[in-house]
Amino acid sequence: MSEVFFGASVLRKEDEALLRGKGKFVDDVKMPGMLHAAFVRSSVAHAKIRRFNKQAALDLPGVHAVITHEDLPEPMRSRHLPLYVPNPHMKQVFMPSVLVKEETVFVGETLAIVVADSRYIAEDAAALVIVDYEDLPAVVDPRAAIVVNSPLAQATAGDNIIAQVPIHFGDTDAAFLKAAHVFSESFFMHRGGPFFMECRGVVAQWDDATQKLMMFASSQGSHRFKRAFIDLCDFDESQVQVITNDVGGGFGPKGSFYVEYAATAAASMILGRPVKWIEDRRENFTATQQERDQYWDMEVAVDDSGKLLGLRGRLVHDAGAYVTWGLVLPWIAATSVIGPYVLPAYHLELIVAMTNKVTCSPVRGAGRPQGCFVMERMMDRIARELQIDRAEVRRRNFIQPNQMPYNVGLTFRDGKPAIYDSGDYPKSQQIALDYFDYAGFEERRKAALRGGRYIGIGISNAVEGTGLGPYEGATIRISTSGKIVVYTGATPQGQSHQTTLAQIAADHLGVSYDDIRVVTGDTSSIPFGMGTFASRTAVNAGSSVHLASIEVANKVKKLASELLEVSPDDLVLKDGGVEVLGVPEMRKSLRELAHISSGMYGFSMKGDRDPGLEATSYFKPEQSTYANSCHVAEVEVDIETGHVKVTRVLVNHDCGRVINPMIVEGQIVGGVAHGIGNALFEQLLFDENGQPLTTSFAEYLIPMATDMPKVDVIHTETPSPLNPIGVKGAGEGGTIAVIAAIVSAIENALIPFDVTLATMPVTPEQIVLLTRNKTSFVAASKRYKTHG
Amino acid sequence: MSETRTITVELNGRSYTRTIPTRLLLADFLRHEIDLTGTHVGCEHGVCGACTVLVNGTSARSCLMFAVQADGQNITTIEGLAEVNGSLSVLQQCFHEHHALQCGFCTPGILMTLTEHLRDNPEPDEVELRTLLTGNLCRCTGYQAIVKAGLEAARCMREQGGLK
Ligand code: FES
Ligand code: FES
Repeated sequence: MSEVFFGASVLRKEDEALLRGKGKFVDDVKMPGMLHAAFVRSSVAHAKIRRFNKQAALDLPGVHAVITHEDLPEPMRSRHLPLYVPNPHMKQVFMPSVLVKEETVFVGETLAIVVADSRYIAEDAAALVIVDYEDLPAVVDPRAAIVVNSPLAQATAGDNIIAQVPIHFGDTDAAFLKAAHVFSESFFMHRGGPFFMECRGVVAQWDDATQKLMMFASSQGSHRFKRAFIDLCDFDESQVQVITNDVGGGFGPKGSFYVEYAATAAASMILGRPVKWIEDRRENFTATQQERDQYWDMEVAVDDSGKLLGLRGRLVHDAGAYVTWGLVLPWIAATSVIGPYVLPAYHLELIVAMTNKVTCSPVRGAGRPQGCFVMERMMDRIARELQIDRAEVRRRNFIQPNQMPYNVGLTFRDGKPAIYDSGDYPKSQQIALDYFDYAGFEERRKAALRGGRYIGIGISNAVEGTGLGPYEGATIRISTSGKIVVYTGATPQGQSHQTTLAQIAADHLGVSYDDIRVVTGDTSSIPFGMGTFASRTAVNAGSSVHLASIEVANKVKKLASELLEVSPDDLVLKDGGVEVLGVPEMRKSLRELAHISSGMYGFSMKGDRDPGLEATSYFKPEQSTYANSCHVAEVEVDIETGHVKVTRVLVNHDCGRVINPMIVEGQIVGGVAHGIGNALFEQLLFDENGQPLTTSFAEYLIPMATDMPKVDVIHTETPSPLNPIGVKGAGEGGTIAVIAAIVSAIENALIPFDVTLATMPVTPEQIVLLTRNKTSFVAASKRYKTHG
Repeated sequence: MSETRTITVELNGRSYTRTIPTRLLLADFLRHEIDLTGTHVGCEHGVCGACTVLVNGTSARSCLMFAVQADGQNITTIEGLAEVNGSLSVLQQCFHEHHALQCGFCTPGILMTLTEHLRDNPEPDEVELRTLLTGNLCRCTGYQAIVKAGLEAARCMREQGGLK
């Protein structure tokens, strides 16, 4: 096999339909007799529900039902949503029931589902449902939540602590005892929500005659949704089909199964008609899961040369009202701190707190940006205190390529020891610095400063566990029409799987990637699947496609070798058929072979042939494979307004072998945009009663075209030894390290003011307040001159 | 609330007459009455620009407009962008070639915004296009490829000598 498509920047198969307005998003689904749903949502953060008055809503013409918890069918009514990522360290677990039974625990929680002839009428009716609340105190700040005698976020909880776990390796106490220097810092890190452009939505159709539920959903994993329905309703496998066609972005939270989906299905079961629910943007701001807040109090111990000896501290993570994702998010954050550096000892007390806010879910980067931020801010701090160049401090601490595979000493989120499989971190940084002319920057900074302009540069390195298990599968089938189809449980939301998976298969099957159809996100097409999250599809689905393609190619050759009476080794798949090497006239088309392999009606099968030209493979990675990046960012800060302009970003990204450089570059640049939002604008705010204050795109800012700098991407390829195609994940690498790089650059620009930045985002107010203090300006400029 | 009116709109060169509730938004009219689901709704409050269509050649947010306001008007949506022979427009083709869309949800609004702008401003520069695109949010691409596709489309259209 020669590689024609793997590695090439071929154009996307997805584009044609989308560019013509012919995509198939969930709100485009229309069914005969379809009704529309809207939800009655909690207007308070914590309360007991005394009673509902549904009458006015039911009296509205066009309303079919107002369904509350007591109306739900069994066994759904007595169940909670299943927790799919339990962790033995969790001392209490709260999962939502489908529609609130008696206690509501965040603003926006689903209390009732209203079904009507149109969405307009359903929304009118939802506003007419009267809810009688008995207010309970709301827990908003996770640090206050963990204090003894704090009010409770869940009335039946023992306290607000879900888990308190030490995560550690090495002898931290000894490290701090022998340290030449110890520096401490408190970090506040906020990451907003996903804010994909297409809000959530489902269409549910229950068919009483066949006792089957069909569901269209905007999701990151159809199979996981199916599993949730099976668990909630005690269905058997054949009773549920979940189909996900086009998805307008996911970024993590569309991977969760939400109560709205179950409630919509319940409505369809009760009414015997298809029901559609499409989230509006306000609901999206209150009820779609978010990533939100972490507070880290950290100390670092270093020797005289700035080499790390130990890191210790405490992380308080705000999990929100339920624990849908268990400890996944804070766990990733806690274990991503180490990054590409040799850290001899680490001790982190992880405390996961419940609050009366919408549940947390991983968002693109999934805790890694926070882990990276802690380490990279500490690196800058060490550099500053010991007056070593920031790049040099990092150089002194890098894990060297000859230390690979490198055992970090921790258990990663995949349940396996974190063992970095490959990567050359010192080289990665050097390539980035050279490309960016890091060495020449100091002169430019000083020149700009003389002109009253504050520019700064920042560096940040990250290592990212990608390609998480347990598996993803692919079935490849050549149908009797000669058409080749790849079926997989991966469920893309813009990642271009139709193109990249076809590229992988095409090389093995001797066709163009255009000749291969890739079917994703349909539970009827392949029995098992996990979905697209955690930068895992290229590794898992990609490897499965690779393995299944080889198997199909071998079946093709075997059959053709029998028919042509040549050895399979003399055959090559080419142009939609298979031919004898050097004798192109001796050839069988795939169509012909598919027919023969299907057998003849009533006749015995020849030889030991299995019917059909198809193969299924489930690739199960032993452990995560670790991608890495070096981000360099340049900013200009306006100290009058506090405005930060990111002027340039470079990403040197190593995701192993690249299937399609154009697509990976798109993922990286898009990821950078997400990180710029996190570094500068994105903030979900709540008042002291747990009322969300940012519920529209006017209040919550995501990056616009003018906020984006020129982003350069370098692909460095260190193949992963952990999968047959040598790839690592690429979906999140753009985001993870850019936040720390930008904050580092802002701090660098503000050297004359001697400020230390330890938050994300860094807001204009913060900058104005920090730079207003002219005394520090004078003191610092003196210091700067002496050290400059 | 259930008040209705009969309207006629000229949509992508075809005339449609429908009796609709007066409060029906233009976006919902296009998507659910006419079944032209290419126009997308991302925020329903006028910020994201996904719902942008051309009303008599001028871009408008179809989530902020009632369908009855479109009575007698000429509307163009993404479904009306391709050439008469069915091939993609220059702008659509440039989006394809420069990977200017990922999930494709923001794409309809962005194509409409750029179609209008490039028609009236054949020689745009990057700053101009970025400023123009502040009215359209995209969460996937980081805009870089969109801007590039827009500039490239302008160049191609200049070379082809004028616009259709
Ligand atoms: S849907 Fe109209 S501007 Fe967002
Ligand atoms: S391509 Fe997904 S929002 Fe723009």
